[in-house]
Amino acid sequence: MAILIDETTKVLVQGMSGRIGRFHAEEMIEHGTDVVAGVTPGKGGETVLGRPVFDTVRAAVAATGAEASLIFVPPPAAADAIMEAADAGIRTAVCVTDGLPAQDMMEVKRFLLRYPEERRMRLIGPNCAGVISPGKGFLGIMPPHIYLPGRVGIVGRSGTLGYEAASQMAALGLGVSTSVGIGGDPINGSSFRDVLELFEADPETDAVLMIGEIGGPQEADAAEWARAHMTKPVAAYIAGLSAPKGRQMGHAGAIVSAFGESAQEKVEILTRAGITVAPHPSAMGETVARMLDARAAA
Amino acid sequence: MTLCRSEAEVREAAAGLIGTRLVTRQTGAAGKPVDSVWVEAATEIARELYIGLVLDRTEERAMLVASAEGGMEIEELAARAPEALHRRAIDPATGLRDFEARELAFALGLTGAQVAQMAAILGACYRAWRESDATMLEINPLVVTGAGDLVALDAKMSVDGNALFRRPRIAELRDAAQEDPRERAAADHGLAYVGLDGDIGCIINGAGLAMATMDMIQLAGGAPANFLDIGGGASPERVAQAFRTVLADPNVGVVLVNIFAGINRCDWVAEGVVQACRELGLTQPVVVRLSGTNVEEGRRILRASGLPLVTADTLAEAAEAAVAARAQRAA
Repeated sequence: MAILIDETTKVLVQGMSGRIGRFHAEEMIEHGTDVVAGVTPGKGGETVLGRPVFDTVRAAVAATGAEASLIFVPPPAAADAIMEAADAGIRTAVCVTDGLPAQDMMEVKRFLLRYPEERRMRLIGPNCAGVISPGKGFLGIMPPHIYLPGRVGIVGRSGTLGYEAASQMAALGLGVSTSVGIGGDPINGSSFRDVLELFEADPETDAVLMIGEIGGPQEADAAEWARAHMTKPVAAYIAGLSAPKGRQMGHAGAIVSAFGESAQEKVEILTRAGITVAPHPSAMGETVARMLDARAAA
Repeated sequence: MTLCRSEAEVREAAAGLIGTRLVTRQTGAAGKPVDSVWVEAATEIARELYIGLVLDRTEERAMLVASAEGGMEIEELAARAPEALHRRAIDPATGLRDFEARELAFALGLTGAQVAQMAAILGACYRAWRESDATMLEINPLVVTGAGDLVALDAKMSVDGNALFRRPRIAELRDAAQEDPRERAAADHGLAYVGLDGDIGCIINGAGLAMATMDMIQLAGGAPANFLDIGGGASPERVAQAFRTVLADPNVGVVLVNIFAGINRCDWVAEGVVQACRELGLTQPVVVRLSGTNVEEGRRILRASGLPLVTADTLAEAAEAAVAARAQRAA
């Protein structure tokens, strides 16, 4: 069933009454996503795009059985919106919002631990493009037409670099099972490793492309997990070989501040863990193709 | 740090510093202008300690870091004597508890009244860290005086730019003189810009694609003049503003535009490129690579403009074309 979303997932949009929320909800509906409701406090009872709007996530879940939520709430209120979704029983939430204070995310991660694992919400993002299972549905802001349905999972921090990878793959006839943007913030809901675990367990995914960048420990952590636990092959690209140390490159989390956080060091760590690293960003597609050919020949 | 013995010496030392540029590990090679000087009473130092709080990306919490060997930079401490570093992640639900502070104080070899003093200092640091949305706070050195008291001799903090909306008093402390004027102007227009040393100006959407494009330029034998993420919703005006920002750097000999449009639209970007080239009377070559939403319309606008733009279909072609155009211009 791909991971995180497919054609059966009932989706609500927090912030659907806003211009951006409405625009993307419309795109999602157009491409087959089952958007069942919106949530905007104070606008309960209204209708947007033919869908009912509720004041609270709890009321929306009770009325529609929604299990996933896409969050377009401005930074000052975004952490609260995430916690509301978790408390109302949403299973998967994607937060697109860029600009959440890092300490708010610290509180969000602590808050999620209140719930036992079997009903703990999975958060993707914030500051991410979202999740797409091509041909099935998507929760996010990506251009769905560039993805070919297929059997390679993509996980990356950056939205547009993920699009670049998917289009390089499409040009070679390689499709995507699910593509997940985990976002560019220093503290995020799901890590590279969390998403690798989902792909490893997904019968519709044969291989994974991981697109990392400078800053933080997550790529190294994921590589270590993949070396020890993954049966599926993993290719990768790490952006920022040319980035200077100590400077933040756009993403709040893209800054080299400790040992092992530069692109060069991450490439070495990944290579040692048996991951096939693309030599440059134009070679992401062909690196995946070569890896799959080698696997098929073996 | 300068030790002075009289007011006259203080004046002399201060006069020698003000107006110069201070270069430290944090400032980068260009340094930062010195426009004020901190003067305080000399302290008799028996021991130097280090305490700090950082946002730890593995624990996803505040990490308290302390060392019995203060006075040097924490990076140096971590490399030289990692076993001397004490670390403790703080649960945001409870905050720093007294017992955690006491354990740390004892681990640093403090005794008697110093333990309670240390607990009070750590508690205050954690409060300051939380209440100012800091990402880093350090007191280095925290000294034990000859009389056995704890005194903070120097402190540094970094605060989270994303939280400034709720920290107006911290936002007011912003000192424009300490910032790169180009980066400041770009930020005022909502563009993420970082000036670099090369000569190929970059205008890209998305931080990851921007870094990847810079990598590709470097691989093709060129050097990027900047990182620039134009963000989502790139209107023609915004593209024109990005051109102005990039061209404010006199080293820029070529401009490379690489847009993979998702929420952006290639036709709007193309209009912005054409508008900027005309308005700014560009003399530098411009290489444009468009992909994604409305790409055909975008390419048509570029062709119809009659401007001498170099277009590329892939990331690799774009980087190679920019490097070639730069070499041709230099020759």
